[in-house]
Order: sequence, then structure tokens, then C-alpha cells
Amino acid sequence: MNKLLTIVRPATLDNLASLVKSLQNGKRYMRRVFLILCLTLFWGVSPLWAEAVLKKASFLPHWSPQAQFAGYYVAYEKGLYQKQGLALTIIQGGPGQPPIEYLEKKKADFVLTWLTAAIQRSTGGVKLINIGQLIQRSALMLVAKKSSGIASPQDMNGKKVGLWPGDFQIQPKAFFRKHNLRVQVIPQSFSVNLFLRGGVDVASAMWYNEYHTILNAGLDPGELNTFFFPEEGLNFPEDGIYTLAETYRKDPALCRAFVQASLEGWRYAFSHPEEALDIVLKYIARAKIPANRVHQRWMLARMQDLMEPVDKGKPFGILQSADYERVAQTLRESGTLKTTPSYRDFFFR
Amino acid sequence: MILFFTLSSGLILLLLFGFNYRYSRIMMEKKMEENAQNLAQAKVNSIESLLLAVQKVPENLACFLENGVYNREELRRLLSALVEKNGEIYGAAVAFEPYGFDKKTLHYAPYYYRTGGVIKFTDLGQGAYGYTHGDWYQIPKEINRPDWSEPYYDEGGGNILMATYAVPFYRKVDGQRRFMGIVTADVNLEKLQEVVSSIKVLQTGYGFLISRNGTILTHPAKELIMNETLFGVAEARKDVHLREIGRRMIKGESGLVPFRSLMTEEPCWMYYAPIPTNGWALAVLFPQKEFVADITRVSRMIILLGLVGLLLLSLAVAFIARSITRPLKAMAEATKTIATGNLDIALPPVTSGDEVGRLTESFQTMKESLKTYIAQLTETTASKERIESELKIAHDIQMSILPKLFPPFTDRPEFNIHALIEPAREVGGDFYDFFFVDEDHFCFVIGDVSGKGVPASLFMAVTKTLFKATTTKGMAPGEILTAVNRELGEGNASCMFVTIFCGILDIRTGEVTFANGGHNLPFLVYRHREATMLEANPGLVVGVMEDFVYETDKLRLEPGDAIFLYTDGLTEAMDKAGAFFSEERLAEQLAASKGKPAPQLLADIMAGIASFSQGAPQSDDITMMMIEFRASKK
Repeated sequence: MNKLLTIVRPATLDNLASLVKSLQNGKRYMRRVFLILCLTLFWGVSPLWAEAVLKKASFLPHWSPQAQFAGYYVAYEKGLYQKQGLALTIIQGGPGQPPIEYLEKKKADFVLTWLTAAIQRSTGGVKLINIGQLIQRSALMLVAKKSSGIASPQDMNGKKVGLWPGDFQIQPKAFFRKHNLRVQVIPQSFSVNLFLRGGVDVASAMWYNEYHTILNAGLDPGELNTFFFPEEGLNFPEDGIYTLAETYRKDPALCRAFVQASLEGWRYAFSHPEEALDIVLKYIARAKIPANRVHQRWMLARMQDLMEPVDKGKPFGILQSADYERVAQTLRESGTLKTTPSYRDFFFR
Repeated sequence: MILFFTLSSGLILLLLFGFNYRYSRIMMEKKMEENAQNLAQAKVNSIESLLLAVQKVPENLACFLENGVYNREELRRLLSALVEKNGEIYGAAVAFEPYGFDKKTLHYAPYYYRTGGVIKFTDLGQGAYGYTHGDWYQIPKEINRPDWSEPYYDEGGGNILMATYAVPFYRKVDGQRRFMGIVTADVNLEKLQEVVSSIKVLQTGYGFLISRNGTILTHPAKELIMNETLFGVAEARKDVHLREIGRRMIKGESGLVPFRSLMTEEPCWMYYAPIPTNGWALAVLFPQKEFVADITRVSRMIILLGLVGLLLLSLAVAFIARSITRPLKAMAEATKTIATGNLDIALPPVTSGDEVGRLTESFQTMKESLKTYIAQLTETTASKERIESELKIAHDIQMSILPKLFPPFTDRPEFNIHALIEPAREVGGDFYDFFFVDEDHFCFVIGDVSGKGVPASLFMAVTKTLFKATTTKGMAPGEILTAVNRELGEGNASCMFVTIFCGILDIRTGEVTFANGGHNLPFLVYRHREATMLEANPGLVVGVMEDFVYETDKLRLEPGDAIFLYTDGLTEAMDKAGAFFSEERLAEQLAASKGKPAPQLLADIMAGIASFSQGAPQSDDITMMMIEFRASKK
């Protein structure tokens, strides 16, 4: 249970003060402030009253704490969820916490997952919907050392390519199909050492993570050839916020409040990167994972690049129908799915 | 002066100090590089021997597994024994390919490791460990050769920070070499950390180890270990140079480079060397501040000593300078007073035997000498002044005995006479005289006494007086000279003599009788002819031979003719080069002034001599006399 962070802390005066302070900021909430102030008069009598004001909700990111989730941690730490009337619990993610399973088993109200994963699961019984699409571009990429002589997709033919399991293979395989490549797929672990030692010729990498790890193992960008999927017509939006259709139907305001606070958290993180990194590093330390500020700084900067809408001026956090249709079509073509839900049934905002 | 001395001494001191500092620094740097190299090499060697010992175990075991036959129990016993017997190994495993050990077991990987002093067993194939995707399994499998893994926290396995040496093993199946699995041996990174942390350089110098990825494996700052790579540090510091150093390190190069400590960012020297066995690299850091601390300390001491020395030197210089200048200053004051003429002032006392003392003594002597000299000079001057005034009187007397009123006989128009004397000194030896012997006979005489000054003048006075006294009516000039000679010759103790020319003019006829006693022959200045020198017997000088008889000659002047008499002071007047005025020049001068009245003519000749001698001092009396015959009274 120590991995669960809860906002519903013991009702201390301290807590109350911060609550009041965070609510004073917006004039829109003056009425609520007034209500809270009234309630504080009875605070000592019944702490339960205060909790009744905030709606309980839980959230699971799809990996262990890192800057990939900076916006949510920042929103939590800066009281943005509380401001939206949420008593949020952030569940610590990691390899053993499959997000969609958490959603289906109602262990989490909101999860982060990839669009490909969500589309595949939404056709299998339990209906889940996208309520906010954060990452607009594929961060997944392929990397090769220039010294291996792989400069174009054709050069990969017959080579050993390291691929992660599951959804991480959809784009690479579509890419191989597109270029008519036969490659020797080697299961890739979470480290890039197999690639660094020459165990594979091409490796999978996330732009915000493994690519930087490779650079900080001493390889210069000039010594690498990179293959980004958006350049191949295979742009798959990645991290998005998902919930059950049922949850959304019951309380759309709750869902909107969560997305709203999360987006605000991201905006704050991008405008205060060092403060955001402090928060992220705190979470990483709590998870007892080695922390590296330089690496997290790179990740946060890349998240900003990836979340920027492809068409400038369009709002933040929207799943574009064209992106959705492209992913759905690729999934159908790969034979993974026969049918996919319609965009209207999938994305709610 | 003291300031200049101090400054130049300071400058020399500074130069010496600078040279010393630079030279010692270069020497120290050279020595440090050697030390660094030796130290790093020693540590690399001990790490190498540890790694090589670890490598032996899985290599041998792989060889056995490829060729031997074994069952589960035998394999476990063997593995357990190997871990137990090889203290440098933390743990060892044999990990088989899925269904590689037997057809029933998907994953089988017996692993023995030591914990709390005992050997424990676990099967890595059980549970969620999933060893086939681990780096230590996958990398040697894919690259088909043994490999040292990047260090890692082995969660689920040994639960420590370790590095694994993994050797793939194979088996011939249907004539084909098939990959069967991996044999591993782990080394506890603490062992390497011990080796590296034993590196102590100066006070805070240290060593650190990085992996092939640049990951910091050992470091005094624990938070860096396994969390940071050198490249990450370079990125955080925006230090391209550091990144380049890191790349050289993981490429297996070695060298000495300037570096900033990963903890304190203090400037250091870093020597790095590769660990050939697994491609890691060791770095040894020498803090620059401490490395130069000894030099800095010594330098500070030298500067301090130098300053104290300089101060003492300045004081000594000031003291010595004062001991020299004080008496000198006093002496300068004294000499100033002396310069005003006060020779009675006391000089500063002589206190030392040095140059200043001697100078004071010399001054004292000089002062005394000056005093004596001035006293003598005063005396001499006084006596000279007395003599001069006496001489002046003598001159006046001498001049007064010569007739000086011209024309002397205004009542006698038959002739005219004019004379001029220019004594060389106050009292001269020349004389002239003229007087009437009777009504018609006019006697004239010119003489020059040998020598000059007072004796000559006295002799001249005697001669002149004697001459006038001797001359009586009817005496011929020869008789007069003979008589004067006899008179002068008697008792002429001083052996002085005089040249005399005398003549007697008959103013009626113009007939002149004359006698010469060794005197310059006069010129005859004719009215209608060129002036010529009188041709006559030169005669003997008067006063030398008392029995000598002088002859009388005759000549006749026509009206308008004249006789020009002179002393040798005129013809022997010298110019600056020592040339005489000479009879020739005199003749020219007489010719040039022909027809002029006697006073004018004499003045012209005098001016001619002055312009000839060009200011050269006059060495002898100059005397001229001219007697002009006009006409007899008819």
C-alpha cells in the first residue's frame, strides 16, 4: 500500500489551509470557496464532511514514475486535481501493472495507455473510451549504428532487429511490410546493451528514453541512423487517457475535471521544467528507481515536442480523427482486428 | 635612492621566485604524470587479476558442459563447489535455453550465490525472472562469444550490484553446433569498489571506475554510482570536452587531462587507463589545488622571507646611507661656509676610517692649506703692491728725467725734434736726451741699457746723467762716448752695459757729427730720396771695455732731411708667431709716412707696431726720436 499515494490525508489544519489557498485562486470558484469556508467552521466536528466535497478517483500511468508522466505528478503536487474537485489517487505503474486490466477490473478509474492497445481492447467486450490524447506523435523509433551500414530501410533486410513485445511491434512490422523487408526479430529487453554490444543491428527505442540512453552511453548522434515512423506515414499517437464508457456515462464532469487538471499539470510542467523535474525525481526516488536528472530533463523536453498538436493552433489533448483512422486501418490491415470502433464511439471530449 | 634599491632588489627577488615556481611546477607535473600512470596501472592490474580469476570459472565449466555428461544433481554439486572454492566469485549459474536441459523444463537455470557467509541456491528459471531476456543471457548468445555485462542490480537473483561474465556453450546436434545456454560467474562490484576506493591521492584525490557505457561504477559520491554516466554529467555541465574524454575512455585509450571533480567541480588532473579485460576504464584524480599546495606553501614562505629580507635590507641601506650622508651633509654645509671665505669653521669630527673619514681629513688638510696659502697670498700681494707703487714712482722719476715737452725749442726754427718712449715694464732701460752744447751745436743721444726693470733704469739714469755731465763745448761725439765709457767701465760690478748713439747737429749747416756705441744705426729720412739706413761703424757697447776709443763720423743733412733714431725694442717687436718687426718693415713704414710731421710719423709707426704685434705682449722698451733739419738761419 505504500505505493499508493492518496490525497485524502488526515484532516490537519495544514491540509485545510492548503486546500483553502488553492481554491482562492479562481474567481469562478468563489461560490465553492464560500461553501468550503462555511464547512471549515464544522471541520473539527466532522472531518468526513470535507471529504464529501471531493470526488474520489484513481489513476494509473502505464509505466514506472518518470518524466513521461510529469504532468500528472505536477498536477497532483500543485493541487490541480483538488481544485477540480477530485480526491485523486495515483497508483504507481510499472511492468506488473497492465493499465487496461486495471480499468476492466475497476482498480483504476483512469489509465494511460497507447492508442493501439486501447483500440484492440475496446473491441473485446469491455468498452473503454479515450477522453484525452496527450502524445500526438510516435516516439517509438528504430536506431542503427552508422558503422553497421544501415542507412535506409532496405539495408535492414536480413538483419537482426530488436523489438519489444506486444503493441511495440505493430508499427515496426507495418514498416517492414511497407518496405517488403524480411528481418530477424530479436526480443529486446528494457536495456539498450544488446544494441550497444552489437547483439542486434537495429534496435527499438523511445525517442524520449532509450535514444537518450544510447547518446549517454557515448554514441554521438552523428554515429547513428534513426528511423522515425511519422516520416514513414505511420504516425501513431501514443499515450492517451482512457476510462470505461460506463464511468464516463455516470459522471462526465468527473472525467472532464480529471483531463482538465492533467492538461493544466502538463502546461505547468512545461513552463516550470526544473520544478517539474524536482517533483518527478521525488516520485522516482519513492519508487526506489535510479534517478538521473539529465535523462528526465531530456524526457520532459521531448514530451513537450510530442504533445504539441501536429497542426499548430489546434487544442492540446485532442485525438485527431485522421490519426485515429490511420491507426485503426493499420490494425485492420495487419490482421490484428477485423473491425474497429468508430471515432465517435471512441473519443469523447 | 633607498626606494630604487628596494625596488630593484624586489624585482630580482620576484624574478627568482617566478623562475623557481614555474620550474618546480613543471617538475611536479612531470612527476605527477609518472605517479598517476604507475598508480593507475597498479590498480588496473589488481582489477584485471580479479576479473581474470572470475573468468576462469565459467570458461572451464562451459568447456565441461559442452563435452561432459551430467544430471541435475551433478550439475548443482559442481556449481555449488565452484562458488564455494572460488572466493572471488559472488555467484555462478548455468542457464539453459528453453527446454534445453530436458524436454519437460521450459526454463532451467541453477544459480548458487553467497549471502551472509553461506552458499545459497535458487533456480532463476522459476518465477518472473525471465532470464532469457536478460542482458547477461541475450548478449553472449547473440554475439556468440563471452562477454562482461554492464553492472546491474540483480533483483530476484543475488540482489546486489554485480557484473556478470557470461560464456555461451554449445553442443553438436545432428552435426550442427547448437546454442545450449550460458554459464555465468558474478563478481560483486564491492570487490572492485574496494580496490578503487583504496586509491588515495594527496588529501582528496580519488579514483573512479566507469563501464563500457560510461556508467559510473565506483565513486566517493555514492549517488552517482549506477545513476550517472560521464556523458550525462557532460550534458548536465554542457561540457563537450568531458564528453570527448568519456568517449576516449570507453574506446580504451589512456591519457592525462585536466578535469573537474564530479563532486566538487574543483579543477583536477585526471589520468585514465583502460581495463582491457572488459573494456571498463579507471580514472585517477589529482586535485590541482592540493597538487600545487606544496609549491604554494613553499612559495608563500619564500615570498614572506623575501619581504622580511627586503625590509631588513632597506633598513640596513637606510642606516648605511644615513651614516654616509650625515657627515657628508655636515661637510656640504661646512664647505658652503668655507666657500663664503670663512676658513675658521670647524669640520665635522672624523668618526670612521672609511672613505668618508678620509674625505673629511682631506678636507681638513685642504682647509688648512687654503688658510696658509691665503695668508701668504695676502702677504705677497701686499709686498707686490708696495713694489708696484715703488716702481710706479721709479717710472715717474725716470720719465721725469727725460725731456717730454715737445716741441722743446720753439725759438729755433732751424730744426725740429720729437721723441716717444713706450716702456715694456713700468721702469725701462731706454733713454734719450738732447740739449744745446753751445749756440749752434745741438747734441742728441739715444741709448738702450742691457736688461730691464729697476737695475736697467738705474743704469740708464746714471748713463744719461753721466752723458750730460761729460758733454762740454767743443767735444766731438767720439770723445764724449770714450769719456762716458771710461766712467761707466770703472767699477762696473754688475757688468751691465749700454748701447748709445749720439750726435751733434750744427744747426747752421746741417752737418752732423756722430759716434756709435753698439746701437742700432738710425735711418736718414731724405726729403727727396728714399730713407736709408746710416752706414757707419757699429762701435762697441758702452761700459764693457773702459779703454775703448770711439770714433767720430760725419754726415750732412739738407734742409728737409731728418734722422730717425730708435732702439731695438722697435725692430725686435714680435707678433704672436715670434716674428720681428724688422728694419725692412720700419723702412716701409718710413716710406709710407714720408713728408708727415715728426709727431704724426712717430705715432704712425707706433700704430704700425701695435697692428703688427696683434696684442702680443711687448717684450722690450720701444723708443723713437726724430730730428728734422729745416734750414739754416740766413
